[in-house]
Amino acid sequence: MTTKPIISVHGLTKTFGSFTAVDAISFDVAPGEIFGFLGANGAGKTTAMKMLCGLLSPTSGQARVAGFDLSTQTEDVKRRIGYMSQKFSLYEDLTVAENIQFYGGIYGLTLAEIKHKSIALATELGLTLEMNKLVRSLPLGWKQKIAFSVALLHDPAIVFLDEPTGGVDPVTRRQFWDLIYAAAHRGVTLFVTTHYMDEAEYCHRVSIMVDGAIKALDTPHALRKQFGVASMDEVFTLLARGAQRSAD
Amino acid sequence: MRTLFFLLQKEFRQILRDRIILAMILIMPTMQLILLPLAANYEVRHIGVSIVDHDRSAASQQLVRKITSTDYFNLVRYTSSYPEAFALIESNQTDVILEIPVGFERGLVRENEQSLFISTNAINGVKANIGAAYLNRIVMDFNADLRTELLSDAKGRVQPLIDVRTIDRFNPHLLYHVFMVPGILALLLTMISVYLSALNIVKEKELGTIEQINVTPITRLQFISGKLIPFWLLGFVTLTIGLLVARFVYGIVPEGNIALIYLFSGVYLTAVLGLGLLISTVAETQQQAMFVAFFFMMIFIMMGGLFTSIESMPQWAQWLTYLNPVRYIIEVMRLVILKGAGFSEIRFHFLVIAGMAILLNSWAVLKYRKMA
Amino acid sequence: MKQLYTFVRKEFLHVLRDKKTLLILFGLPVVQILIFGFALTNEVKHATVFVRDDAHDDASRALIERIDASQVFDVVFNGPANLDLIIPSGFANDLSHNGHASVQIITDASDPNRATTLSTYLTAIIADHQLDLSEMQGIPYLIRTTTRFTYNPQLKGAPNFVPGVMALVLMLVCVMMTSISIVREKELGTMEILLVSPFKPMMVIVAKVIPYLLLSIVNIISILLLSVFVLGLPINGSIPLLFSMSILFIITSLALGVLVSTIAATQQVAMLVSMMGMLLPTLLFSGFMFPIENMPLPLQLISNAIPAKWYYNIVKAVMIKGLGMDAIMKEAAILLGMSVLLTAISVRRFKVRLA
Repeated sequence: MTTKPIISVHGLTKTFGSFTAVDAISFDVAPGEIFGFLGANGAGKTTAMKMLCGLLSPTSGQARVAGFDLSTQTEDVKRRIGYMSQKFSLYEDLTVAENIQFYGGIYGLTLAEIKHKSIALATELGLTLEMNKLVRSLPLGWKQKIAFSVALLHDPAIVFLDEPTGGVDPVTRRQFWDLIYAAAHRGVTLFVTTHYMDEAEYCHRVSIMVDGAIKALDTPHALRKQFGVASMDEVFTLLARGAQRSAD
Repeated sequence: MRTLFFLLQKEFRQILRDRIILAMILIMPTMQLILLPLAANYEVRHIGVSIVDHDRSAASQQLVRKITSTDYFNLVRYTSSYPEAFALIESNQTDVILEIPVGFERGLVRENEQSLFISTNAINGVKANIGAAYLNRIVMDFNADLRTELLSDAKGRVQPLIDVRTIDRFNPHLLYHVFMVPGILALLLTMISVYLSALNIVKEKELGTIEQINVTPITRLQFISGKLIPFWLLGFVTLTIGLLVARFVYGIVPEGNIALIYLFSGVYLTAVLGLGLLISTVAETQQQAMFVAFFFMMIFIMMGGLFTSIESMPQWAQWLTYLNPVRYIIEVMRLVILKGAGFSEIRFHFLVIAGMAILLNSWAVLKYRKMA
Repeated sequence: MKQLYTFVRKEFLHVLRDKKTLLILFGLPVVQILIFGFALTNEVKHATVFVRDDAHDDASRALIERIDASQVFDVVFNGPANLDLIIPSGFANDLSHNGHASVQIITDASDPNRATTLSTYLTAIIADHQLDLSEMQGIPYLIRTTTRFTYNPQLKGAPNFVPGVMALVLMLVCVMMTSISIVREKELGTMEILLVSPFKPMMVIVAKVIPYLLLSIVNIISILLLSVFVLGLPINGSIPLLFSMSILFIITSLALGVLVSTIAATQQVAMLVSMMGMLLPTLLFSGFMFPIENMPLPLQLISNAIPAKWYYNIVKAVMIKGLGMDAIMKEAAILLGMSVLLTAISVRRFKVRLA
């Protein structure tokens, strides 16, 4: 890693009362990297991700995201990131085009830009006919793909994806990862949490959180070698077995 | 500004798309405004009276005729048993009993004085009191008639009569709907505004879309304004429909300037929407928001001075009503529509509501946290 | 039966877990009964009468003293007042020589209800005064009346308003909580799970409603205790009767809430129906604010559909009048009929959803 990291985290901690959800984690993410953020339910990954997006304020520690300090320049950070949450984030009672227009608008895109992007997006996803349908009426896989494209609408430097493929069939998941690769290819940094270990293999680097702390961080290949196992699945099982916290 | 435009566009699309809600917020208030004012009538007529006549004399018969010939009273039962009449009070069939004692006619001539006994169901004290007063008035008239009859000699001393003339200012015909229609319109306007705004933000919280908003660089003020303005305009639609109903169904033409009503309503809507949005930012679930909104709404409506007079309340409750926005709009409606008041007469109301609007909305903006 | 128990237990856990909502559900009726019990009244006390006495004679002074001595009015000689009374000059002279004098009352009829009440009260006082004058002057053939205000000799507001507010608050709270909590499950998708279970729709409804029934019973107990010990209302009739009728009313209201939930698809709709749609009609048609017999006939008919009206009558009969079951047979039968009907429609609509 010779380039300046786009995400740089030092001792980031979040406590809720006496419970330490995230315990002094530190890591760097390089620009254009697909960074896998793994952990069992309740390990603290969603909390960590929400802090990085400016949705939760850290209890202590520092982080710089897209060149800005997370605690003092939160709004500058927000302009440069995209986010796709575990909960479905598009408005179900608006059409696809209206959702695009809305999110484009609040990120300050001009109407011409929005129009241009909508057409490009529709062609890329093969959704030209569905643009004026209510989001509610579309299958989950499509909604997720649209949500991801919407998160990319304002050309963010980083996109945070919180379990983007939950509940989606394997074919659609594969297509979804094609979109992720395409974005990475354009230089976007992707920060992804997932429960699917096959998806972990697709990441450039993977971190595994256990009980609020990062227990492993390296390329999938290096991690397999380090733990002497054949798959990421086994790496994860080995680490998660030692967890003290029960899920959720 | 641009961000606000997109926020507004989105809110409007959502509101206009939900046809059921839209129909409800337009039709329900209109229906209620047409029907309910007719129910809010204190005019006491057709009081059920039962007469217990122990005398059965010419005089008592004459009194009975006198009573039943007015439209204040309906004769429910004419009997000579008091318990029978009282059973009618118990079963709500009669409101008041007039008991004429044995030897009423004879006693009147011999002793020059007789007493009648009135017994009324006073659970609703005001209604009972008014009923008794009407009955008394008829008895007095009857008494005067009787005296003229008995004293064929016109030189007898005349009874001192005090004639009372009543002038009812601002509403000479005592039309109840003139008072009730603007009042009920104010209540409906308040309910729609508070309920819809109270649910709005918390609904986005429950659906999860709020997180997506919170990762954008949108400001808190933009967000709250984006929520406030659509409902504000919707409030004006309701107000206009309401004023049209008042004009064309009830024939109410405001004495004062209608622009003043709109001006005040604009500030008023900002205030009550601010309350709704504050509830919405604080609540965790729609359920909580609804109960809290309901709690406030009930107190606002019951203590707004429309159904019972604020002056009848104990002092502490009267002070409390100064915090009640509904009190102000009902007073303003009354002042402008019925009394033709100008701005100077509603300045106090205007300032208080403007203060509430600023306070509640700033509070809502501060309470809305993009970051937990 | 064991299934039902499991089910009810789950519903209880839901209700008890959300502490904030629970606090609101218990606090709301109590606070409202207290505030409204004290504050809502149409009693007239110390209303101000501005008197313009152009006569300044003995007769006018006597009349003014008479008015001022009453509980209802305070006489003022300047400033705005609730009523104006004008006594023209030569009042005493007219009265004693012509036997005929007149006074004028000016009301603020922008609130016609209050204007009528106040002017009637004032007229009654003047009439009393006139009668006393007649008696003093030995006018023959005088008829006096004595009035007994049954059930409420002091003409307090509470005996009328507290039963009304009880009916209003209980009904709205019951309808709202059931409809919203069931629709909430529909929205969250958990209702489907219940509906595909081997449970009969009827059982699903019963299980959903039982926790709210118990919660409402706690509420009615606290409301009754407050009415008696804080608001000073008597319970002249049988407490078990009042209590069982209250439970019947709660069941009717809960059934209405269930019906609303089968119609509404979202919490927002349920809220608009149960709060926006029902608040004012319940308030007006229960009859405690405005006498139902004054309403136009179509509205009188509509009022029969409001459960709160029947419960208000029951509470008045049992609590205030001290009557027994035979006096409230009709009301009880209507509430029972409504409960059965509402439940039947709800069950039907649930089945439709399943099919």
